[in-house]
Amino acid sequence: MNRQPSQPETRPETVGGDNTSTTPVAAHTPRSALGRTGLSRGALNVAFQAGAFLVALVITTLVLLVAGAPPFAAYGEIVRGAVGSLQSLADVTVAWVPLVVCTFGLLVTFAAGLWNIGVEGQIMLGAVFATLVLRLLQDTNAPAWLALTLAISAAMVGGGLWAVLAGVLKAFGGVNEIFGGLGLNYVATALSLWLIFGPWKRPGVGSMSGTEPFPEQLWLPQFSGLRLSPWGLGLAVLAVVIVGVALSRTYFGLKLKAVGRNMRAAFLLGIPTWQYVLAAFLVCGLMAGLAGGIQVTAVYHRLIPSISSGYGFLGLLVAMLVRYRALWAAPVALFYAALNIGSIQLPIVLKLDSSLAGVLQGVLVLCVILAEGARQRLLHRPVSELPAPQEPGRGAPEHATPVEDAL
Amino acid sequence: MDVEIRDIHKRFGAVRANAGISLRVTAGTIQGVLGENGAGKSTLMKILSGFQPADRGEILLDGRMAHIGSPADAIRAGVGMLHQDPMDFPAFRVIDDFLVGRPGGISLSPGQARRELQAQAEHFGFSLEPNREIARMTVGERQQLELLRLLWQGAGVLILDEPTTGISAPQRETLFAILRQLAAEKKTVLFVSHKLDEVERLCHRVAVLRQGRLVGEESAPFDTAQLVRLMFGKEIVVSAPRSTAREETVLTLEGIEVEDARLHVGPTSLEVRAGEVLGLAGMEGSGQSLLLRVCAGLMSPVAGRLLLDGHDMTHRPYRSFHDRGVAYVPAARLEQGLVPGLSLTEHVLLSERHRGPLIDWKRGRAKTARRIHDFNIRGEPDNTVESLSGGNQQRALLALVPDPARLLLLEHPTRGLDVESTVYIWSKLKQRCTQGTAIVFVSSELEELLRYGDRVAVLFSGRVSAPVSAALTSVEELGELIGGKGLEPAA
Ligand SMILES: Nc1ncnc2c1ncn2[C@@H]1O[C@H](COP(=O)(O)OP(=O)(O)OP(=O)(O)O)[C@@H](O)[C@H]1O
Ligand SMILES: [Mg+2]
Repeated sequence: MNRQPSQPETRPETVGGDNTSTTPVAAHTPRSALGRTGLSRGALNVAFQAGAFLVALVITTLVLLVAGAPPFAAYGEIVRGAVGSLQSLADVTVAWVPLVVCTFGLLVTFAAGLWNIGVEGQIMLGAVFATLVLRLLQDTNAPAWLALTLAISAAMVGGGLWAVLAGVLKAFGGVNEIFGGLGLNYVATALSLWLIFGPWKRPGVGSMSGTEPFPEQLWLPQFSGLRLSPWGLGLAVLAVVIVGVALSRTYFGLKLKAVGRNMRAAFLLGIPTWQYVLAAFLVCGLMAGLAGGIQVTAVYHRLIPSISSGYGFLGLLVAMLVRYRALWAAPVALFYAALNIGSIQLPIVLKLDSSLAGVLQGVLVLCVILAEGARQRLLHRPVSELPAPQEPGRGAPEHATPVEDAL
Repeated sequence: MDVEIRDIHKRFGAVRANAGISLRVTAGTIQGVLGENGAGKSTLMKILSGFQPADRGEILLDGRMAHIGSPADAIRAGVGMLHQDPMDFPAFRVIDDFLVGRPGGISLSPGQARRELQAQAEHFGFSLEPNREIARMTVGERQQLELLRLLWQGAGVLILDEPTTGISAPQRETLFAILRQLAAEKKTVLFVSHKLDEVERLCHRVAVLRQGRLVGEESAPFDTAQLVRLMFGKEIVVSAPRSTAREETVLTLEGIEVEDARLHVGPTSLEVRAGEVLGLAGMEGSGQSLLLRVCAGLMSPVAGRLLLDGHDMTHRPYRSFHDRGVAYVPAARLEQGLVPGLSLTEHVLLSERHRGPLIDWKRGRAKTARRIHDFNIRGEPDNTVESLSGGNQQRALLALVPDPARLLLLEHPTRGLDVESTVYIWSKLKQRCTQGTAIVFVSSELEELLRYGDRVAVLFSGRVSAPVSAALTSVEELGELIGGKGLEPAA
């Protein structure tokens, strides 16, 4: 099993001996204009990131102007909507939970050089499995803690299975994980719709509002007056910490990285490569499933049609934005969650579509990636500085971010 | 084209890869560039050909200041570089690869391109089939293709970075003939190599680099001892080590036959004893690599049996071989052996057996620092492997071979190493042999095969000769065997 990961071959970037890849080193003093200003490399990085952020803001502002909306009022509204009250802060956290869990799951697949586009479907399958368990147990006298534990475990299993399926298709069927994932996403959507409008439909007629809500004792306990569940938050933090440690401090994480960057060499080093590919999918699926399980047990208390709320795709964006570094993923996910929540009120207050947050989120990622390219060009470096999980960084399909309201 | 470089500086962190190098090369000269591993040769060549920017310094072509910011700039200015490893597109066909580099290539009709390619190839005496897949070509053929493309793009200055590693002797002779022809056509050739005999035969002038500085220039005829002194600052004594072969057999091949799409190898029966070194000689693509890969468990033989320490390992997976102490070191360093983007420490950690899931980074770094010292690698534990010089990558690759190992299978183990490091690395390998490790290695260097091998088996079009004793064979005799004398291919 020594299949190479599909790599777009680009000239100076291809592995080609000691001649190509140039990793910049700290004290390098470029002769470019920027170099002469005497900025250190770290400061330059920050300057570029800040510049990217500003450019993204400008572009979004232009979009707003074209749409005939007052930009500053809109931004003010977003800030107010996100951090204006305890309620909104809690809502941001509620949105952060599934987003950060998915993002960390995706960091694992990215480490292995995989584009797990199927993460959306994995969230849905997690939600479906959790719903299934709760439906089976809600009429028995199983204690609530047991039912909830089983539901969340089942959610992880569901997400994991769905991800491994994409992995099996790749490892044994030769189906690129991007196509496999896309296909499985459609299947997952169809499955949850079928369940909502078919076998699990509400008494009377099925509706887009989802299945019949579970009795309140099967809800994960929430802070009083808020939609935030300490249990959901705790589970998310725990999962994120485990994955973060696994990626940075374990042989598992290191081997994943080796597989992701050079499958052939990893194999020769004695790493069972396809097992690691499957393991990466599995871990990401477990995380996505967990996110789906939390959405069902802690947020919606039922299965709704778009239960993933686009958090999977948003997680891909966050992972790209932080260039696959775990340390940055949590705060950036928080920022993105805040944008999501902050823009909820826009339609009501300013008659604007709440997808404005999506515009800003997408533009921001593009700007940061572009700024990275520009930085390298300005410093005269060949663009061979590898982005963390090499190939996924390049030639990636631009996907829309269907950002829907979290709540 | 006259080339002049003036006061080129290039730093990588604390490493001064080029520290003020100035050099003039007049048109029609074949200029050799010598220097130990990590001396800064590739860096200088990459600067000249636009793959890397210099921190400081100027490049003049035909007396005019040239601004070379990218490989595209360079080729427009007439400077083309052949890299240490071919930089083509393995998934492409020959003709596609040829077209890619052509400015305005889109408007060119494929038929015309094909004719031009063939005309070019004929002019230089190559045979390149336009529809061949590049992935199936030997290093030498890929190099010829690359060369043709650069010339077709109008290169007046050709830079060749260690072009003779990994190509066969006839391919080398073809290459040299072309280079001489090009020099006669007033093109300028810069030739980087570690092989002194080649440099002496081919080059008109030689520049020697050491630690980023130009330490000397010589003109033909050269004095080998003087070149070595310039390169290393001392004499290097090369001696043939004593055999350490023991009685017990490590590897047994019984009527092994392998094949891939191009070649059928065998049947062959061989025994390799503990502590013994067996060399595999032959023209590139005669089946050495296939045979080595079978011994590593990376390919299944189509017939015959393979035993390791008496255990039948035929058709067992690579991992069982790996677990039995078989280590395989491939020739393609950055494609197969190392993981670009990972540091030396990460490589060392990956190459070791470990207990428990957690990484002890501090211990890993300490261990790596020891290996760096042991194998004389120029680099730091946190350096990524692609930032090392070619020779240092090779040392890193060898430093990763698990210890103890039962059987080492090495493809061109000293490829890209300077004379001193070659001696040093082989002393390391022979040290392993005294502990009972058996070595099978492939090399295109006849001297290396005879000096370090106890026995040498010759492959010719997939036929494997009975091994000859290295001590009783001369370079000339081995050369004849490689050419197929006394070993005609089966009809
Ligand atoms: N991209 C890089 N980042 C950091 N250090 C580098 C980089 N490229 C080269 N170096 C360092 O610069 C020095 C010179 O490297 P260079 O590749 O020019 O050596 P070389 O003379 O070609 O050696 P070899 O014969 O081994 O190929 C080495 O110490 C190497 O580690
Ligand atoms: Mg070099």
